[in-house]
Amino acid sequence: MATSTEVARGDAVHRGEPVTVDRYTTGARINHWITAASLVLLALSGLALFHPSLFWLTGLFGGGPNTRAIHPWIGVVLFFSFIGLFIRFWKLNLWERTDNVWLGKIRDVLTSNEENLPEVGKYNAGQKMVFWSMSILIILLITSGIVIWEQYFGGYFSIEQRRLAVLVHALAAVAAICVWIVHVYAAIWVRGTISAMTSGRVTGGWAWRHHRKWLRELVSGK
Amino acid sequence: MYPVIPNPIAKPIDAKFGEKDLVKRSASSITPASPRQTQVAKLIDVSKCIGCKACQVACLEWNNLTEEVGVNVGVYDNPHDLTPNTWTLMRYTEYENPESGNLEWLIRKDGCMHCEDPGCLKACPAPGAIVQYSNGIVDFVKANCIGCGYCVKGCPFNIPRISKVDNKAYKCSLCSDRVAVGQGPACQKACPTQAIVFGTKDEMKKWADFRIKDLKSRGFKNAGLYDPPGVQGTHVMYVLQHADKPNLYAGLADNPRISPLVEFWKGFTKYAGLTAMIATAGFGLLHHVVAGANRVTEHDEQEAKKLAEK
Repeated sequence: MATSTEVARGDAVHRGEPVTVDRYTTGARINHWITAASLVLLALSGLALFHPSLFWLTGLFGGGPNTRAIHPWIGVVLFFSFIGLFIRFWKLNLWERTDNVWLGKIRDVLTSNEENLPEVGKYNAGQKMVFWSMSILIILLITSGIVIWEQYFGGYFSIEQRRLAVLVHALAAVAAICVWIVHVYAAIWVRGTISAMTSGRVTGGWAWRHHRKWLRELVSGK
Repeated sequence: MYPVIPNPIAKPIDAKFGEKDLVKRSASSITPASPRQTQVAKLIDVSKCIGCKACQVACLEWNNLTEEVGVNVGVYDNPHDLTPNTWTLMRYTEYENPESGNLEWLIRKDGCMHCEDPGCLKACPAPGAIVQYSNGIVDFVKANCIGCGYCVKGCPFNIPRISKVDNKAYKCSLCSDRVAVGQGPACQKACPTQAIVFGTKDEMKKWADFRIKDLKSRGFKNAGLYDPPGVQGTHVMYVLQHADKPNLYAGLADNPRISPLVEFWKGFTKYAGLTAMIATAGFGLLHHVVAGANRVTEHDEQEAKKLAEK
């Protein structure tokens, strides 16, 4: 193959016992964890203001007024951090026909019946859905968030616009938290995944089992 | 003339209502005070207002507020809008009555209406930052306010203002501190024409009836009371010469109600949102219990090795 379509810069296979595969560069991992930390802090501070029974979470941020003041700034950090992730990952997350086949066999996915699934590149359809839904939700959250950022933008929008924005913000945040739960759960459920974001490496067996097309291209590219 | 509320006695007296008399408290579940105290109300008779702004001054004075010196843009409204320091504002409208051909100067004293169903309180996420006493007064509790501006979105009358100085929300308190010791609000005390009167809600409605009859006898056939049912009535009411057209009075809402967007946000979204998050996490947990972990097998590792060494 002249050009590989599934391999990102930095991906590499190391022969040995076992075979290991580089999946994420140091830069990508730092970028990911800044985004992850921001998202967790945003969820905690946002939920504190979302439901009265969770208002106690403001204690983690030094009280109600501090929570209100900090939350939007963390949002700004997350937005720019996510742009970094987007630039890194968007190309390999483009939707392909095999992704529909993969999704059609969701039962085999959930029962870990990998042999019935089409061979997957660097990302499977589920990962791509997480990527694109987060991309859309974060755009919704930053735009609606600015409209309701009372301290700096209070005067620039009509009250009706602010009412709509606060509703969009709440709905998008709920969706983003649900997507985040799916993302975290998948990483835990599929054993051997988390090392991709800690050390940057996965085992050859993991790549063979879950991202065979990616592994094949990596090997043939050598 | 409406009977004047006597001056206070010099001796300190206990407040007639406080923390124990709450019927609503933002972001909290409380047992409403029962029985409720007598409902109070302020009645603003627009037809008797001469636009002297004594009420504005009295409000600043009593509440120890200072407004910035503004600029004149050719209208009487001063300042141009409610601010964190201006809790009440005379709004002047020049209205040419097509029926009589007269120019009418409609002067409405704007400020918090103290809704029986307060949108600000419904929207507020901070426990106890907005409270409603059992006599109907809706009050902001500064110590609990976090400055998020949700009350601004909840209010159907566009009243609360967020201070740029301390990031807290401000609005008319109906002088709850004065009412607690048997006085009327400062604006009422200062009004030279009794365009503002204060008493129980029933007394105010009765007095309004008297005023409306008088206005009707003078040719204002649509004179009436503004006590909008969309927010279950208010504890600040207007007597309007043209009660069929509240909007004439500097944009007073014709049929105020809490925005459906706010109701949806604070109703359905709040509960469905939590449910969705718990359900997603629950699904993950259940899936892991039923399906178990997805582990890489020794076979997978061997296949990878074979592929890599080809």
